Amino acid sequence: MRPFDYTRAEDTEAAARQAAGGGTFIAGGTNLLDLMKLEVMTPEALIDINRLDLAEIEETDDGGLRVGALVTNSDLANDARVREGWPVLSRALLAGASGQLRNKATTGGNLLQRTRCLYFYDRAMPCNKREPGTGCSAKDGFNRILAVLGTSEHCIATHPSDMAVAMRALGAEVETLKEDGSTRRLTLDDLYLLPGDRPDQETVLEAGELITAVVLPAPVEGKQTYRKVRDRASYAFALVSVAGIVDIEDGRITRADLAFGGLAPKPWRNAEVEDLLTGETPSEDLFNKAADLLLAEAKGYGANDFKIPLARRTLVSVLGELTEEAQQ
Amino acid sequence: METKLTINGTEQRLDLDPRTTLLDALRHHLGLTGSKKGCDHGQCGACTVMVNGRRINACLTLACMHDGDEVTTIEGIGQPGNLSPLQEAFVSEDGFQCGYCTPGQICSATAMLEEISNGWPSHVTDDLSGKADLTPEEISERMSGNLCRCSAYPNIVEAIRKAAGENA
Repeated sequence: MRPFDYTRAEDTEAAARQAAGGGTFIAGGTNLLDLMKLEVMTPEALIDINRLDLAEIEETDDGGLRVGALVTNSDLANDARVREGWPVLSRALLAGASGQLRNKATTGGNLLQRTRCLYFYDRAMPCNKREPGTGCSAKDGFNRILAVLGTSEHCIATHPSDMAVAMRALGAEVETLKEDGSTRRLTLDDLYLLPGDRPDQETVLEAGELITAVVLPAPVEGKQTYRKVRDRASYAFALVSVAGIVDIEDGRITRADLAFGGLAPKPWRNAEVEDLLTGETPSEDLFNKAADLLLAEAKGYGANDFKIPLARRTLVSVLGELTEEAQQ
Repeated sequence: METKLTINGTEQRLDLDPRTTLLDALRHHLGLTGSKKGCDHGQCGACTVMVNGRRINACLTLACMHDGDEVTTIEGIGQPGNLSPLQEAFVSEDGFQCGYCTPGQICSATAMLEEISNGWPSHVTDDLSGKADLTPEEISERMSGNLCRCSAYPNIVEAIRKAAGENA
């Protein structure tokens, strides 16, 4: 690990100022320290934000929840209100990582974790995300775990989070604090950038901009589930995952909020797919049409070609589960 | 970087390079070599300790981030002649072969049983609002952050069940 200056931030404003001057925030550190050991990330200064007052889950005036950026994955997954009103989020968190990591990993850090693309981790190989302009080794390499949607010729990395997939389906928004003291709210769609020709730029966050919270809208009607398909039954990243919230009235789908993990450089959501399902009577034929639309632009790179039919089957299965009662 | 840690009930003051992980602080600076370094990347769980009562990977955190925290290592869980129920059960159920992962397994299981008794669900718990039973499936899921290259898993599960009184 390269040497760095270590500073413990006293308050959020100071943290943002310190980071704007070239520092990197550290919270749980479970991904950052791993990358620092490998010298994939080499921050010159770490701003430790663990003592900031951002570890509370508060109810908002409109029935939602405001989740502080330092709430651990364990505390969020186990919160009684989340289990009751936003079960897809509990399920996604519990499907991720291990007990030890969930105790350390935070809400803000989980959103900003880096891809697990093998070439991003391997400093001996070209990687446009790690070293812009050097090329993408993954396109013609071991790309079994990588993306089939939203990629570019410069990068096919996936975003590895389960939590963010559930938050995308729930329409969560991120609250941030900038160096100048101003704040803003971003949808997850707005937070993350697609790789394009700058895969090293993963979010719209500016230097020093600190995620302070994630706001969940009030619970909605409908059944919720998180389905994660992976190479082993526990403690593995998703090959494909689906967060689904589906409601049915009078035999017709009135809500189909769907987000996907393992397929793209960001938690993926496609409004056209949801529009296609809404107002319709659930059937396997309908679900396959939704999958056709979701995967119309999907592109495999050899070893990850299997993700395209896997995503189809997973979506059809999840929609079947969430509409089971209406189909009987 | 001056750091104060309470390790197994004893206050320790250390002056460390900020790069020092909690695991290296325990092993190299305090001589507490019970916590093991397996992968050093949070994948194997051999370094599992409890910080303020919660299990974490000591290899993936810096000692300086834990100034003022209480750390429990395997040395604090039991000692020769004074084994914890989980340690007794790992011996009686033959829950290991080489033993390298065992301190991490026992620290992890100690905290995991507390999580279950606090009503924490897991990925395999059917009802998010209910309390999970200590089935082999639940134990396997909750212990997936601790690898055993000797693959003593069936006996590790039995040891945990025995210590928790599930099949006494």
